[in-house]
Amino acid sequence: MKNLKTIVLSNQEISPGYFRMKILAPGYNNTAKPGQFVMFRVQRSLPPLLRRPFGIFRAGFMPADCDSMQPKEFIELIYKVVGSGTEIMQRLHQGDPVELLGPLGEGFDLGVAEEEKILVGGGIGLVPLYMLAERMVETSRVRLLMGGRTRDDIIMVTEFERLGVETYVSTEDGSLGEGGMITQVLKRKLDKFPKSTVFACGPMPMIDAVQKICFERGTPLQVSLEALMACGVGACLGCVVKGAGHTEVEPRYLCTCTSGPVFNAENLDWNKIEVTVVGSGGCK
Amino acid sequence: MIKPVKNEMQPKMAVEIAGIKLKNPIMPASGTFGYGEEYAPYLDLNSLGAIVTKGLSLKPKAGNNTPRICETVSGMLNAIGLQNVGVDAFIKYKMAYLEQYSTPVIVNFFGNTQDEYGEVAARLDDVPGVAALEMNISCPNVKHGGIIFGTDPRAAFAAVSLVRKRTSKPLIVKLTPNVTDIQITARAAEDAGADALSLINTLTGMAVDVKTRKPRLANIIGGLSGPAIRPIAVRLVHQVVQAVKVPVIGIGGISRAMDALEFLIVGARAVQVGTANFVDPNAMATIIAGLEEFCREEGVADINDLIGTLEL
Repeated sequence: MKNLKTIVLSNQEISPGYFRMKILAPGYNNTAKPGQFVMFRVQRSLPPLLRRPFGIFRAGFMPADCDSMQPKEFIELIYKVVGSGTEIMQRLHQGDPVELLGPLGEGFDLGVAEEEKILVGGGIGLVPLYMLAERMVETSRVRLLMGGRTRDDIIMVTEFERLGVETYVSTEDGSLGEGGMITQVLKRKLDKFPKSTVFACGPMPMIDAVQKICFERGTPLQVSLEALMACGVGACLGCVVKGAGHTEVEPRYLCTCTSGPVFNAENLDWNKIEVTVVGSGGCK
Repeated sequence: MIKPVKNEMQPKMAVEIAGIKLKNPIMPASGTFGYGEEYAPYLDLNSLGAIVTKGLSLKPKAGNNTPRICETVSGMLNAIGLQNVGVDAFIKYKMAYLEQYSTPVIVNFFGNTQDEYGEVAARLDDVPGVAALEMNISCPNVKHGGIIFGTDPRAAFAAVSLVRKRTSKPLIVKLTPNVTDIQITARAAEDAGADALSLINTLTGMAVDVKTRKPRLANIIGGLSGPAIRPIAVRLVHQVVQAVKVPVIGIGGISRAMDALEFLIVGARAVQVGTANFVDPNAMATIIAGLEEFCREEGVADINDLIGTLEL
């Protein structure tokens, strides 16, 4: 694991305010696991000072241009423009220098093969679920429930469908798919397929609602959390979340960067959860 | 005064602080490097002048609620709240890990009371591999994080005197910039028996989210670090060097070799790198290489020849 000084391969707007960036990333195709993230440095000069964490959407490689060359490995990030860092990011072009630290963190546990899987993605929270779906469709039936405020927040659904994932969309304003919250859809699917395992990533209120639904039914749940991070390697202790059994006397803080970003729901303290939602680049 | 050398010569980088020999003047600032192992995948810990641990207390400490950090212009605010494993767990698990490295380990510590300071120092006193103690009398982020000892020269003198009696290890006292006259606290710490001083800890600061109208940190106030504070830190190190005889370690916004050189030239014997570790885990290695390159280019045979050479 090291800091990789590399370049942007492409950077395109895929929905208003949402971008898809492909970055040259030798070594990532075989090492990046579903749910892991990178600390991304958008430029060497200031601002921004700190790197930002982004969930990896996909890792892959392009065939070599000619016989003697190695295939070019890449990763893709999907991000929403929310602040000064992502403002700079959206203006990057092919060949622009960037830096990646990663792949970092604990990813998803793929669970038992053959058992039914339900993915719940809210807006940009969909990002880390794609690699997970890629792996799980090989052995399991995978359903994706995708929610957003409006149709602009519904991204990448076609990519999931191409993998053979059954997808269900809902928007709060009803501009695409079913009107309302994605959690209603989750309840219906769990009624019909009660043996499913749930994997969720999205805004904290959604994660919280998903946790309540799964807890009541005893449904296994893994969540990918997002937090403000300075280092991404467990040193700054800026990104902590309260673990199950946390008390003031016996603190059980877990770093989102090293113990997560994916957690088994039962390992977290849901009474006091207070992860800061940043909302830029998928759960991490 | 500065002896010219041939370009290909390897300049001497070793410095000495309070009897501890450092391979070079570069070490991490406490709280930005965990207990060392967090950065081992990215950086050869043996290449550093020293390793400085996260601040330790008598009992494990939970730290503050989140959000604990936020970025500001060329800097960041943090209010971690001194979350740490406690001195006993450190000795048992973290120190055991660090012993595999040849780099001197400087253990940062703090207490809620004078007696707690003394007790933590005493527990570390006979731990092999601990090269020195860095006494934090300057954390701005917790009610009893030592800042009371750092802002009141009498309290500083009393606390440092007590710790001095409980440890035979070299004692470095870390000072806060949040005072009217830093020379007074610096002299108080020196008079109480500090072998060296390190400065600066973070400057207190605050940021507000204008949409929610809430502070950006759960703790409301935090400590400002990063490139934004460097000129203030250079000024304070310059002032402290004038006021005391013990060696000074410069800290504050160092992210490049040129930044480290400013501190050395005003008289710091070594420097600590903090926020830059978050930005680039390899930052200290780059700074060490940059210092060597500067010495070669400028014909400096020994980095010590640069220390305290400010032209006025």
